[in-house]
Amino acid sequence: MILLVDLCSRPGSLSRDEFVGPVARIVERAGAAWREVHCSEADRADLTGIRGIILCGTALQDNVFSEQVARVAPLFEAGLPVLGICAGMQALCLAFGGSIRPACEIGMIKVRAVVPDPLFESTGEFEAFGLHSFACEPPREWIVTAVSDVCVQAVRHPDRPIYGVMFHPEVRNDPVVERFCALCRDGDNEGLTYR
Amino acid sequence: MRLGVLCSGGKDSWYACHLAMQKEEVSCLITIRSKNEESYLFHTPNTHLVPLQAEAAGLPLVTAETEGIEEAELADLERAVSLAREHYGIEGIVTGALQSVYQATRIQRVCRALGLWCFNPLWYTEPDRYLQTLIREGFVVVVSGVASEPFTDDWLGKQIDEPALADLRRYAARYRITLTGEGGEYETLVLDAPVFGKRIVIEEAEKEYAGFRGTLRVRSARLEAK
Repeated sequence: MILLVDLCSRPGSLSRDEFVGPVARIVERAGAAWREVHCSEADRADLTGIRGIILCGTALQDNVFSEQVARVAPLFEAGLPVLGICAGMQALCLAFGGSIRPACEIGMIKVRAVVPDPLFESTGEFEAFGLHSFACEPPREWIVTAVSDVCVQAVRHPDRPIYGVMFHPEVRNDPVVERFCALCRDGDNEGLTYR
Repeated sequence: MRLGVLCSGGKDSWYACHLAMQKEEVSCLITIRSKNEESYLFHTPNTHLVPLQAEAAGLPLVTAETEGIEEAELADLERAVSLAREHYGIEGIVTGALQSVYQATRIQRVCRALGLWCFNPLWYTEPDRYLQTLIREGFVVVVSGVASEPFTDDWLGKQIDEPALADLRRYAARYRITLTGEGGEYETLVLDAPVFGKRIVIEEAEKEYAGFRGTLRVRSARLEAK
């Protein structure tokens, strides 16, 4: 079971189907069940049976999530694999001591995977859909796993199975979410740290 | 939040409008009438019927014309959206984009330039479930254009109901078309929807068709009580 965290500005928003729905469908196709919680209630989320957590993105103009980081952060203490997508990666960075700065990308962009990572097939360049008005300055010890010409595109925690992608994998990069679901299912997270 | 819905007259913009009305305040429709039938950005057949749809739904309409030249279309879109903001105080735009990164990217950029929100509630929706929902919720959607094998001229004016959906499923499997017409394989026109106070009746229409490409040209239509 994957827990999807809706970071949109309010529960049941018009953006929910755009940013949570497509991720949920990839999770389903990967053979995993899911349930959903809005970020305003994330600190009270029931983690029974949860094998992994995905923080979904938000609309370009929606940065309310940055005020909800304290509510989301308790989820990271459960020791579960976490994937942050766009706003989700920004929330991860903020929760672990990094920062965000204005930087915009809209549309298909070239992403370069610069180190081996369980979420990417290999290192090298691929196309991805970017939709963000802020970029991350990751926590100092975190590993940058992919970049674009504008900003850091993917990171992971140095010791724990916590990952962030700035691009939206639910658009034309389903395998990123599928690989995350596979590592949640297989439960061999300790073997997935590459230093 | 007050929103403007980009409306081509087809199923996706009207279903997006339907969803937006359940969550926010839809203040107006915005239609771009393109003179270029091959427009990448704007669905073209029968946009002249959008005023009748707007009347049926009781929504104001902002219309702009475009020559349909790639990228210059964006300036025309920005002009129309600015006008909608000025007249109706909209804070965001709703589109019926399904999977078109080309369309979504350009509209997102226009919204960012104008400081507006952008909502795409049908983004990467599951196609079969979506079409079933349209039918179940009472949308009367007819095919207004075709541009792909194996669509015959019989499809022009055909309602997308359960039997038509069954055919579309077979076509999607055999001819690799998208079920929703996202690839431009077919275009649609909405004649009735839950948000319509009256339904549209086509009084006169002509079919133009050759080599798996065709258009239903609606010459006259009227509103009828439901």
